[in-house]
Amino acid sequence: MNQPATAPCLQHPQEELLRSDRIPHIWCSGCGIGTVFSCVLAAVRKTGLPLDDVAMVSGIGCTGRMAGYIKVDSYHTTHGRAIPFATGLKLARPQGAVLVASGDGDLIAIGGNHFIHAARRNIDMTVICVNNLNYGMTGGQQAPSTPFGAKTTTSPTGSPEEPFDFCQLATACGAVYVSRWTSIHIRRLTESLTKAILKPGFSFVEVLAACPTAFGRRNRMREALDMVKFFHERSVIKNNIDPREFPLDFKGPLVVGEFIDRERPTFTDSYALVHSSQLGEWPDLERQKPAAG
Amino acid sequence: MEKEILITGFGGQGIVLTGNILGMAATLYDNRHATMTQSYGPEARGGSCSSQVVISDEPILFPYVERPQVMICMSQAGFQKNCAMLADGGIMIWDSDLVKSAELREQWDCYNIPATRFAEELGNKMMANIVMLGFVSAVCELVAPDSLKQAVLKTVPPKTRDKNSAAFDRGREYGGEILKGRARQEH
Amino acid sequence: MASKAVLTGTHFMNGDEACAEGALAAGCRFFGGYPITPATEVAERMSRRLPQLGGIYIQMEDEIASMASLLGASWGGQKAMTSTSGPGFSLMMENLGLGIITETPCVVCNVQRGGPSTGLPTLVGQADMMQARWGSHGHYEIIALCPSSPQEMFDFTIRAFNLSEQFRTPVLIMADEVVGHMNERVVIPAEDTIELVERKRPTCAPEAFLPFRPEADGVAPMACFGDGYRVHITGLTHAENGYPAMEAGAHERMLNALVNKIKMNRDTIISYDTEYLDDAEIVLVAYGISVRSARRAIRAGREQGLKLGLVKLNTVWPFPEEFIRDLAGRVRALVMPEINLGQMVLELERCAGGRCPVRLVGHAGGAIIRPAAILNVINDLVKEAV
Repeated sequence: MNQPATAPCLQHPQEELLRSDRIPHIWCSGCGIGTVFSCVLAAVRKTGLPLDDVAMVSGIGCTGRMAGYIKVDSYHTTHGRAIPFATGLKLARPQGAVLVASGDGDLIAIGGNHFIHAARRNIDMTVICVNNLNYGMTGGQQAPSTPFGAKTTTSPTGSPEEPFDFCQLATACGAVYVSRWTSIHIRRLTESLTKAILKPGFSFVEVLAACPTAFGRRNRMREALDMVKFFHERSVIKNNIDPREFPLDFKGPLVVGEFIDRERPTFTDSYALVHSSQLGEWPDLERQKPAAG
Repeated sequence: MEKEILITGFGGQGIVLTGNILGMAATLYDNRHATMTQSYGPEARGGSCSSQVVISDEPILFPYVERPQVMICMSQAGFQKNCAMLADGGIMIWDSDLVKSAELREQWDCYNIPATRFAEELGNKMMANIVMLGFVSAVCELVAPDSLKQAVLKTVPPKTRDKNSAAFDRGREYGGEILKGRARQEH
Repeated sequence: MASKAVLTGTHFMNGDEACAEGALAAGCRFFGGYPITPATEVAERMSRRLPQLGGIYIQMEDEIASMASLLGASWGGQKAMTSTSGPGFSLMMENLGLGIITETPCVVCNVQRGGPSTGLPTLVGQADMMQARWGSHGHYEIIALCPSSPQEMFDFTIRAFNLSEQFRTPVLIMADEVVGHMNERVVIPAEDTIELVERKRPTCAPEAFLPFRPEADGVAPMACFGDGYRVHITGLTHAENGYPAMEAGAHERMLNALVNKIKMNRDTIISYDTEYLDDAEIVLVAYGISVRSARRAIRAGREQGLKLGLVKLNTVWPFPEEFIRDLAGRVRALVMPEINLGQMVLELERCAGGRCPVRLVGHAGGAIIRPAAILNVINDLVKEAV
């Protein structure tokens, strides 16, 4: 971009949280990840947490690169392994807030086993999944999120598989906070992320986002705005619903919202409980809720 | 002097524990050197298993039994599989209810005890190995008998100490009687 | 059990238990476990002991996750460890590489069994030695220790933590089923006599900190989560500031730093003991449980009048190249007993460089090397020489 040399140097509103020296980022124009990333930065700020005690862990893929641009302790790990790395990080430093940024392939295909187990254990972390319906970084291959019939480079005539519904999966595995948004729901997404980060336990926020370069162009959404318009026209907000009753469906209304917000002892709470003398004998034990704090 | 001891039986009898107690007695209470190694199959119960103990005044170079001087058999299969290994002049000890076809061989010094039955009479057949250790303490000089008993008491759950102590004594008494009987025959 | 980190006193315990006690004495407070024979006893003891010490035992969903959790815990400021055997070790290779490239201290104990694949779960092997060296993809240096007794399981686990903290790298303990399951005397010294090494932490201002700039010892200080340095750590090739740097020059700089910090400190890292070397004509070079086979063979051989000696490798990687080269010029032959069909003997041959014959006493796995098998090879060597 050519700017006049005299133009004032504008600071990004999230300058404090950005590794500006790493900009320009790798994301394509029209990609939804940047928008989600901005919401994540805004949410981190809104939590009021000391920034030295916030960490982001990511795996591999376009979304995984978020960890490289946020100016907190950040760990860009191996493909699919952000969650187990984050588990160790959180348990070793329980006072820190741990965010995991992951794409759909990273989180639910290669990392699927880690995802379900971290949710089951209720490890205190916030998992943000940018779901762009395919493997973007490698050029648009079929993922466990790719809708039936959608074309990718490895499903050239349409995917023969049914995708996972990530929010249903997270709910079934025991996540205490589950929400789904699209990249156009900037304000609600930011609020939801703020809540998720502050919520003790395993929180999951899924964000549907456009990938015009790899997914859109093979599925009649070549322009960045095509998918954005699609989200705008189709999405319907429903809060406090059972995601099993409103499965992710691109043909009908696209149901988004804050689905689950419930209480369950975190791994750290339960670990303290079982190592105290207060636990009874299985199977007759009372599952008492540990005291707050 | 290095002594090699082979203990054989099936999983669930406490064969490895028996070897462990023997090694512990030598190491912690006699202040000598001992190693205990084990072999076992994938099954936790019922499969054949063995424990190999080496006791010595010197640090032990090689922790495996090649020509044991003492063999303790708690199962028929264990006896049959391993008896050929026992050194000439070695001591063969078996549970007389569990090893039926143990033929006496002239080149061995043979002792047997109905350890499992005694343990049942004392209230728990799981203590057969402790009865056996008491017996071993009487019929062969591997470790000091007090050390062995101390090792038993250190190993078993605190609530079962009295019962295990009685089991050990029962085996040791029986061994003493057998030795007395032999002495009478010899005179 | 007393809730003390260091169980000072004399014990009769197995190698796996001694490994766990060594880790606790070294300050390990995080264990990411996954059950596998014959290493399970390490995890079991840690699951009992760590909560008493305010530490974390977590049983992960697989060995990929347990290895990843160690790295996270280490960046969270804790000393972290896991234990495994062949199949699990294979799964750990992915994140072992991440540990190496991100210079993350942690300890992995592999209690080796017979392989490949599921192989012989309950029986001994020493066939992961080359996997330890090269099992994760890419080029790197690794530190691997080989204990030959429960006492060394205790001692070497402490040393493994110290080396990993000092050189900011994962360290492997390449044990084996026999050493892991064998009970023997383990003397745990008084807590204040155990020397511990802690990772260097940065002292400069965060703006001036370069998380991958090595100091004179080849090692960069480590800023952990919450230290206020807000570092970026990546498994991508990175520059000294930690940022991805996708070009050959940056890769060369990074890789040289990774390799050099081990190579330039070889003398500190490499450890071996020698026995009867003064007059030895044929020298056995052994590691792990095969040391015990070698010692028995040496005793028997010397009774026959053979002049046999022993080199006991305490560290197998890095290999004591200079020492072996020099030794090979002074003796008639080198013999390596190992429970595989020829792995470390390749390194021995390479270092001997033709200065003397090198022989393998191999075994496919499932049993230890019989001393008689070693003596047979030695007797053949003697006959050849006549």
